[in-house]
Amino acid sequence: MTLTETARGPAPDAELERHFEATIARNDRIEPRDWMPEGYRKTLVRQIAQHAHSEIIGMQPEGNWITRAPSLRRKAILLAKVQDEAGHGLYLYSAAETLGVSRLELTELLLAGRQKYSSIFNYPTLSYADVGTIGWLVDGAAICNQVPLCRTSYGPYGRAMIRVCKEESFHQRQGYELLATMMRGTDEQRAMVQESVDRFWWPALMMFGPPDADSPNTAQSMAWGIKRNTNDELRQKFVDMSVPQAEALGVTFPDPELRWNEERGHHDFGQPDWEEFMEGVKGNGPCNAQRMAHRRRAHEDGAWVREAATAYAAKQRKATA
Amino acid sequence: MSNLSAEGGHGAVPLQGVPTGEGVTPPEPEWPLWEVFVRGKRGLNHVHVGSLHAADDRMALLHARDVYTRRNEGVSIWVVRADAITASSPDEKDPMFAPSGDKVYRHPTFYDIPDNVPHM
Repeated sequence: MTLTETARGPAPDAELERHFEATIARNDRIEPRDWMPEGYRKTLVRQIAQHAHSEIIGMQPEGNWITRAPSLRRKAILLAKVQDEAGHGLYLYSAAETLGVSRLELTELLLAGRQKYSSIFNYPTLSYADVGTIGWLVDGAAICNQVPLCRTSYGPYGRAMIRVCKEESFHQRQGYELLATMMRGTDEQRAMVQESVDRFWWPALMMFGPPDADSPNTAQSMAWGIKRNTNDELRQKFVDMSVPQAEALGVTFPDPELRWNEERGHHDFGQPDWEEFMEGVKGNGPCNAQRMAHRRRAHEDGAWVREAATAYAAKQRKATA
Repeated sequence: MSNLSAEGGHGAVPLQGVPTGEGVTPPEPEWPLWEVFVRGKRGLNHVHVGSLHAADDRMALLHARDVYTRRNEGVSIWVVRADAITASSPDEKDPMFAPSGDKVYRHPTFYDIPDNVPHM
């Protein structure tokens, strides 16, 4: 340290940064009006915004089946579930907005394809069994990711995650129950369930992201307390959870390498096709174009509603002024 | 694969090479932001639960109901325009809260009472 630096004292930013680091070290939460490093803020905006986009786009694969639900009971459940996904998107946009970006800006970035969403939603839903499989495996994987995020260092994100996790539990259970009902049905229905599980198993494993060795951001995100577990830790947890659930259901997973490893106390399993994953992220997944076209159309079709509500509010203000 | 990580809670999303919204001009004016407070049940205070956009106060209330109380989370909702709120900094080192930091005598634990004195 030079004499000049001592005389002047540390730069104001260094003082703020030390305070921020100390808050993280205490396992305390960072709140919106706190000073935070620009990298922390940007990482959070990207993560929360794209998490929100995932929830919003995530309404489509299942929404596709609402009009064709096999009973009124299933229809009511599916409607409630898809409505929850919209709600989750809104909790997350609300959290992102505390970081100084607006929902409309984030929506624009999604519509322009400049921000992404989870590649899991680029897979088609080909049968009603997919509604069950998405609830069981896709929402099950999301729960594995989201439960640790309840303790994330950024307060508004953690609070949104707590609300989301409470609701995801309903999503997973309704999916599992749907599949269990089909498994008690005909051979054809059982085959539908197995076929659906075969299609969604690998994409569900991809939801945790590339192996730790290929995830350079993980270390920084964990140091900041944004992320609490690595991709591979979460993936392992998900596999270990899912195997006994599959046995109880009477289905198998399409992985010849999947077996219990007594020594590790965990299941060994194969790697998903990471090339396929990267193509999905880049926008070349099976349904990317369809999902984005639908989202843009919904946004444009809703324009007159937004305009009308704005005009009505202005008129009311004038009347009471 | 080198610039991709899985921090997105609903599945892996890229965290580098993605814009964060600075410099994006929305093509339409955005509805104002409202902060939402919910009373969970009778006997409790209203608690802040999040925010939403709405064109006017009635729409804000209806949206708050749909977004924040789908499972009997509340018996009463307040919505307040976010720009109408005056806030302190939440930072605990804020001098705003210094006056209460050094007044230990305001707390009951400051006072020693003999163990044989009941109900105190």
